[in-house]
Amino acid sequence: MDTLTAARAQMEVSLAFHMVFAALGIGLPLLMVIAEGLGLRTGQQHYLDLARKWSKATALTFAIGAVSGTALSFELGLLWPQFMEFAGGIIGPTFALEGFAFFIEAIFLGLYLYGWKRLSPRAHWLTGIPVAISGMLSGVLVVAANAWMQTPAGFTLENGVATNISPIAPFLAPAWLHMALHSTLSCYIATGFAVAAVYAMGMLRGRHDAYHRSALTISLALATITALLQPISGDISGKQVAQHQPAKLAAMEAHFETTANADLIIGGIPNPETGEVIGALKIPSLLSFIAKGDSDAVVQGLNDFPPDQRPNVYLAHFSFQIMVGAGIALIVIGLWYWVQRRRKRVEQSRWLQRALVLSGFLGFLALEAGWIVTEVGRQPWVIYDVMRTSEGVTPVSEVPLTFYGFSLLYTLLGIVLVYLLRQLANDTAQGDVGPAKPQKEAAYES
Amino acid sequence: MSPEILMAAVGLLAVVAYAVLAGADFGGGIWDMFASGPRRDQQRDVIAQAMGPVWEANHVWLIFIIVILFSAFPPAFRVLSIALFVPFHLVLLGIILRGAAFVFRAYSPESSRSLSGINLPRRWGTIFGIASVITPVLLGMTLSAISAGELRVQNGVIQADNTPWLSPLALAMGGLALALCAYLAAVYLTLESAGELREDFRRRALIAGTVVVALSVLTLPLLYFRAAHLWSGLVSLKAAPLILVGVAAALLSGWTLLTRHYRTARIATIVQVTCLLAGWGVAQYPYLIYPDVTLTSAAAPDSTLWFILGALPFGMAVLLPSLWFLFKVFKGSQAQEANERST
Repeated sequence: MDTLTAARAQMEVSLAFHMVFAALGIGLPLLMVIAEGLGLRTGQQHYLDLARKWSKATALTFAIGAVSGTALSFELGLLWPQFMEFAGGIIGPTFALEGFAFFIEAIFLGLYLYGWKRLSPRAHWLTGIPVAISGMLSGVLVVAANAWMQTPAGFTLENGVATNISPIAPFLAPAWLHMALHSTLSCYIATGFAVAAVYAMGMLRGRHDAYHRSALTISLALATITALLQPISGDISGKQVAQHQPAKLAAMEAHFETTANADLIIGGIPNPETGEVIGALKIPSLLSFIAKGDSDAVVQGLNDFPPDQRPNVYLAHFSFQIMVGAGIALIVIGLWYWVQRRRKRVEQSRWLQRALVLSGFLGFLALEAGWIVTEVGRQPWVIYDVMRTSEGVTPVSEVPLTFYGFSLLYTLLGIVLVYLLRQLANDTAQGDVGPAKPQKEAAYES
Repeated sequence: MSPEILMAAVGLLAVVAYAVLAGADFGGGIWDMFASGPRRDQQRDVIAQAMGPVWEANHVWLIFIIVILFSAFPPAFRVLSIALFVPFHLVLLGIILRGAAFVFRAYSPESSRSLSGINLPRRWGTIFGIASVITPVLLGMTLSAISAGELRVQNGVIQADNTPWLSPLALAMGGLALALCAYLAAVYLTLESAGELREDFRRRALIAGTVVVALSVLTLPLLYFRAAHLWSGLVSLKAAPLILVGVAAALLSGWTLLTRHYRTARIATIVQVTCLLAGWGVAQYPYLIYPDVTLTSAAAPDSTLWFILGALPFGMAVLLPSLWFLFKVFKGSQAQEANERST
């Protein structure tokens, strides 16, 4: 394995792993704050039990997110030192701001997790709010660095060196706002459905108490609202990508020839040699309409770009289809739940419960697939149109070794974590694990 | 004052904060590994309780250090990432395993304690201990690598024919970092416990303190012969006051431990470690990687540096009160009284 392949593989493994925990770290605190707030307002114990349970899941996943995130901040340099020498001073300020947000999150999470007994119920609930807000903010800020790599802005290039750097360059990147919106929504969607899946599983095993019913209501309220907003955000993203990264749009849509009235290609296997897409469903003029808002508009095809500047069309197209397909399925499942809930048939509908279990996987499938579209679509550039990925990579020859090592480590950690989270979910609401051992009757005790 | 020097000062403060706070968390792991005697399990419980609420916040200082390094001094980040590829990966392995093992142990269900004869939480405890020992040693080694003059950069090319993090001085500094972490933790833990347990940690603090002194004495001739510039920097007029205060604080912390004045011991230990690192910073100035990379030669454009420096007061205005609240709730005098009652 050559260094570039190994470095890309190690970065992919590290990010794919970290992303799951980053998403949960954004979504779970919000759910836990909502549940505790409802508990304080209604005085019903099962809401507080949910808040406690979700705070434990947050504790486990946040710690793994924090250490794998630390690894990433080192790996930016360890794997891509030339890239960081060029870009460190440009994207650094976003990481500094993200650092503050992350710090606030860690501080208040410590207070929340260990403060059940030491703080008043109201103060305890209040410490959860900065966790939810700063978790979301750190995601929005760190996406700015990636957005700048997609659509670099705020500097001039002189003989391979960046000059006239604006300190807010990453926030000037046209891709930032739509990427931040799309990725934040995807974190809430993935977390919401994953949590719902756990309690749908419980219902399939015959648990129909208020604890399970409320868990579904809260998690699916968040998941369904955000899933319904996601197509709007996706439409904004699509138009932006068409404007700023036409090669990426062409690859994800498997659109080879530049034409007006471009067809939307759904599914199929692209063949870059012939420019055909085998077995695809084609809807006339729809791509032009989606990308440009005008069905007569011209959409640039992949063949317009030199062969060494085209992203991998298989990966981009497949991942994009998976993301959109999973997203649509999630909207359907979410709406199905609310229809059944209105008809008071959630507990009887075993097919809905099975679909909800499936949705737990679909949310993260969509999230990871969407990330693959973004990143594969940027290739062969590490900074779009400025620096090639191969120019950014480290000269160190041990990378294949660290790639295998980290893959093994993350696989093992993933297995253990799934085991522990399952134990946590299978425990009854009150029977408890974790550092603070509460009494049965109350979450807060003196 | 030029922004890169202010930025370096901020970075040094972050290093001090990381050492004083997260260093003690590593030390907690060390004493978890070396827990012994009739109160072995209670010792481990006290350590876990003391670390639980704060270790993740303490860990963030390291992320700050890395972010400052790559935002403010990008070329230096490139050099270190290439030259210290192996030790940095080992540091990451240690950091990941330490954090993961700590939460895995804390959130392992009671039922798994007897699972087919394997005590799972204890297994995580072992990994937690080993990772807590390895990581500070490696961090000490990398600190030596940037200041001992064995990591050379000629026209942007790194001389890769040596391993600067495995020199005798690096090994000594790794050992010193480990001993300091153990010392900090044991001193802090005297304030998290009571009675016999407190005596356990007092004894451990005295042992670690002796090792710190022994390793410091061992490191001095190595500095003199292997890193003459660092030696002359440390004994220079600029660094001398820091070193003198540091030595006085070290003596005070030893004395107050002997006489069981634990609160004073904690303050003196913090001053001791702060002065040691600040003294190193002054001796290292104006280099980031001695002798080929200076702060000025590696600095990012002024606009970037001023932006980060300008954002700092706003960030700190939110951060410092939050940190103060965290430590007041879990480390304040009321919290300590609760600890004393429960142990």
